[in-house]
Amino acid sequence: MNHPDPQARLQPAATVAPITFHRSPDLGTPARESDTLVTLSIDGNEVTVPAGTSLMRAAGLAGCSVPKLCATDSLEPFGSCRLCLVEIDGRRGYPASCTTPAEAGMVVRTQSPRLAELRRGVMELYISDHPLDCLTCAANGDCELQDMAGVVGLREVRYGMTGNDNHFDAEHAAAPDTSNPYFTYDPAKCIVCNRCVRACEETQGTFALTISGRGFESRVTAGAGESFLGSECVSCGACVQACPTATLTEKTVIEQGQAEKSVVTTCAYCGVGCAFEAEVKGNEVVRMVPYKDGQANRGHSCVKGRFAWGYATHPDRIKSPMIRASIDEPWREVSWEEAISHAASEFRRIQAEHGRGAVGGLTSSRCTNEETYLVQKLIRAGFGNNNVDTCARVCHSPTGYGLGQTYGTSAGTQTFDSVQYADVVMVIGANPTDGHPVFGSRLKRRLRQGAKLIVIDPRAIDLVRSPHIAAAHHLKLRPGTNVAVINALAHVIVTEGLVDEAFVAERCDAESFAMWRAFVADPANSPEALEATTGVPVAELRGAARLYATGRSDGTAADLANRRPNGAIYYGLGVTEHSQGSTMVMGIANLAMATGNIGREGVGVNPLRGQNNVQGSCDMGSFPHELPGYRHVSDPLTRALFGEAWGVDIDPEPGLRITNMLEAALDGSFKGLYCQGEDIVQSDPNTQHVEAALREMECVVVQDIFLNETAKFAHVLLPGASFLEKDGTFTNAERRISRVRKVMPPLAGKADWEVTVDLARALGYPMDYAHPSEIMDEIARLTPTFAGVSYERLEELGSIQWPCNAAQPEGTPTMHVAGFVRGKGRFMPTRYVATEEKVNARYPLILTTGRILSQYNVGAQTRRTPNNLWHAEDRLEIHPQDAEERGIHDGDWVGISSRAGETVLRATLTGRVQPGVVYTTFHFPESGANVITTDNSDWATNCPEYKVTAVQVVPVSKPSEWQARFQRFTRRQEDHLRAASADGKVEV
Amino acid sequence: MEIQPLIKMANQIGQFFEAWPDPAQARSEIANHLQRFWEPRMRRAIVAHVEQGGEGLALPVRDAVKLLAERQAGH
Ligand code: SF4
Ligand code: SF4
Ligand code: SF4
Ligand code: FES
Repeated sequence: MNHPDPQARLQPAATVAPITFHRSPDLGTPARESDTLVTLSIDGNEVTVPAGTSLMRAAGLAGCSVPKLCATDSLEPFGSCRLCLVEIDGRRGYPASCTTPAEAGMVVRTQSPRLAELRRGVMELYISDHPLDCLTCAANGDCELQDMAGVVGLREVRYGMTGNDNHFDAEHAAAPDTSNPYFTYDPAKCIVCNRCVRACEETQGTFALTISGRGFESRVTAGAGESFLGSECVSCGACVQACPTATLTEKTVIEQGQAEKSVVTTCAYCGVGCAFEAEVKGNEVVRMVPYKDGQANRGHSCVKGRFAWGYATHPDRIKSPMIRASIDEPWREVSWEEAISHAASEFRRIQAEHGRGAVGGLTSSRCTNEETYLVQKLIRAGFGNNNVDTCARVCHSPTGYGLGQTYGTSAGTQTFDSVQYADVVMVIGANPTDGHPVFGSRLKRRLRQGAKLIVIDPRAIDLVRSPHIAAAHHLKLRPGTNVAVINALAHVIVTEGLVDEAFVAERCDAESFAMWRAFVADPANSPEALEATTGVPVAELRGAARLYATGRSDGTAADLANRRPNGAIYYGLGVTEHSQGSTMVMGIANLAMATGNIGREGVGVNPLRGQNNVQGSCDMGSFPHELPGYRHVSDPLTRALFGEAWGVDIDPEPGLRITNMLEAALDGSFKGLYCQGEDIVQSDPNTQHVEAALREMECVVVQDIFLNETAKFAHVLLPGASFLEKDGTFTNAERRISRVRKVMPPLAGKADWEVTVDLARALGYPMDYAHPSEIMDEIARLTPTFAGVSYERLEELGSIQWPCNAAQPEGTPTMHVAGFVRGKGRFMPTRYVATEEKVNARYPLILTTGRILSQYNVGAQTRRTPNNLWHAEDRLEIHPQDAEERGIHDGDWVGISSRAGETVLRATLTGRVQPGVVYTTFHFPESGANVITTDNSDWATNCPEYKVTAVQVVPVSKPSEWQARFQRFTRRQEDHLRAASADGKVEV
Repeated sequence: MEIQPLIKMANQIGQFFEAWPDPAQARSEIANHLQRFWEPRMRRAIVAHVEQGGEGLALPVRDAVKLLAERQAGH
């Protein structure tokens, strides 16, 4: 690590060569899977392909490319353009190679004088109905029509251009549709190849587009003749990506022109972790294109990653470090040195006055693995305690605990690709089409192919009924009764003889299984006994259990004789954010083990992670009781390992969780917090409580790209860097470690990891890294599951799913294949305990929370983009019946009060929620959704119970008292910020 | 530390292990959980509370906290 020349260190031997990304070529039609291989000859080259492969793809694989327009290998062939004609010995005519499957022994020619002539004819027709303004077109140089004209050698166009045989001139052209904030549709340039329509159907699964009209009148129509923005289009960009011409084009490309280079990186929004090519010009991003070879997203994206990256250069970005003595004072811009040394001396002073444990820190799931690792290292080694926690506390900490207890490791078991082998998919408390859109599209594709769907959710999420998809069972349970439902499902499986006895006998711990079996078989856990509690009809529940275990809703043990279906469970925060979150995760794990749905493709237990690096931040030792790799701080061997590497003695006692830090602050024993990329004031429950605790602290250091809600309570503000401004890695929900690559320099001069290094140094604990790759090398040295991970290997493999070590040098796509990580799978009895948060006459409704596609989490990023066009405010969804009882109309302002507080939102009347349940998102700080959530939390991990709050809803005419206070406080803090920049700028 | 939230948390932990048929095992599991996940000042507070009678704590949880105290004393 101690290399003399920093430049040389920046480029370790293996990565010296400039990185070039080879987008794999477009082979025209998708790959086929088959056990039968066929061998044929194409232009004299012999090629062997799986049966079902098109001639076009086979030709591509043989190194002969066939011209094409309507085909692209992300979509099923359509056969409309007739440009891809070939000759086949013994066959008459000129079949389209994209729709003709390869057969054994075929002899195929892709080039001949006759083919050339035919193709020129086809191209001539296309070009005759296309404007010839290539030189001023946004797609000039990036247009397949232009390319094909060149390929076929088109030299003249004999007809069109005027009169009635074109659709684009002034007389005939329809106006461009510019309603979508990110892309335009210019019908004049459309060649009606249908790729966009197919992309919307096959890749995205939204079915928003059709081709309407005939001949020269044909055009692409969104929705029922609406604008793109007004239609059901979700702005995923798949159609834009598929369009071979400039018809559908990103507005940034029209405005800025085409990029000079591209850098492959990873989306910083959700836990799908899509790979993108960031196309840049100088230091400016021109567009983000989903990376075709991205192993998580396979070339698809959603509106957030694809388009909503403009926040990175938003004027609200904090560009200079700032300090102040109290939160009632204006900020003062200072140099990095002053800010860092001030923070360090404050932390040391607090520790001297109040003890070593009086300070702590928070890592962020939005930062890289390397940054997270450094923050926990700074706390454990620099502060000398284990008071480190992370935002995963408030989302997936029960996943860590629950899967750790049952399987021995805190992570999902599959790849996203695995869903294409699932026969039955159970989605519990997750809303993949909004929360994890790219996975949602994969899932929808599988469901359209015939896999069965079970949804367990109080609310009718989109998946329950969407184009060509209908859930076989929607268990519309009462919020807070998850565990009762999972126990009832288990009861059916155990008492109807649907357990996979062979799997359990071989793979699971017998004693724990016997205990669990006796527990769930108890009639108290039967669907009949629990119906009144859960609100789920017995027949639905029994049907769902049978479907998951046997593949048929009326299935019996007899159906299992031949084959067990692949049953896969996907779950989200609707599982974890409950007082019994950990119990529910264990209940899910039990169910999968009992039915043998673990250890192969198509099955498994899959937590859908909210933020991009939740998995990574947990892996990196962000929890107060465990070191990186989920090893408890009480374990002397692990402590010795890290202690030696870090040159310190590691505290053997667990530290404070975030909730406990806040309690301790109110109690006076916790005074200083280093908070990197987290916004606890907005994201944590019971806002008043969080604010009161922060006010008690003497030194709050916030490192963020914006003045977030927590920064308003800070004493030191350190500018953060967005994912475009640094190198590192993120780990997605599949345990996939992917590179984040710098595409522009940090706006404030430092990447986040550099700031942590500086702070550590100022604390008297020097860290010596010249590049994040060195941090990863240290992680790999100290963490067995990461032993084989390095930037070099990431370059070679594209991405790596941990564990990656000598036994699994290329990583581990599917977990627990031969045995569970803990040895034998452990069943845990999961008694249902009703939450303390109960409805009564005063608070008769249950509030549950969720998220929406266009906004992300606390919204700090997406609110600063045109995504607001789709969702400009959080609204309260309420059932028309409950609304009517209260005299509430659609769009009315309503006050929502709970035992914790009160806020005001506008109401949306909808049958999506059941009577007695109301629902809102939490993307806007002024909504104060967490003003009403309580401090109830999961018994094992303190993950807050966001999903169940008893509330009353009444019509109101003005904002709540909290909101009025919030507005005043925000205005004051913004003044404090303005005062800093007015105060003479410090150059960085 | 404020004792009420700790009492609530400890009781919740107790409720989970109520499903264990063997009370001795349940008691040991609760004590383990407190040992592994509670920061020392939280453990000290709950032990002190039990020493003063442990009001508000379910009986098995009280027993588990005593076990925790014994284990710590044994260190
Ligand atoms: S952006 Fe996506 S959802 Fe919208 S029309 Fe295109 S493919 Fe369909
Ligand atoms: S908009 Fe583009 S992809 Fe769609 S039909 Fe027209 S040319 Fe083809
Ligand atoms: S937000 Fe999620 S699904 Fe959307 S592009 Fe980013 S990683 Fe992919
Ligand atoms: S590419 Fe085969 S018909 Fe269009």
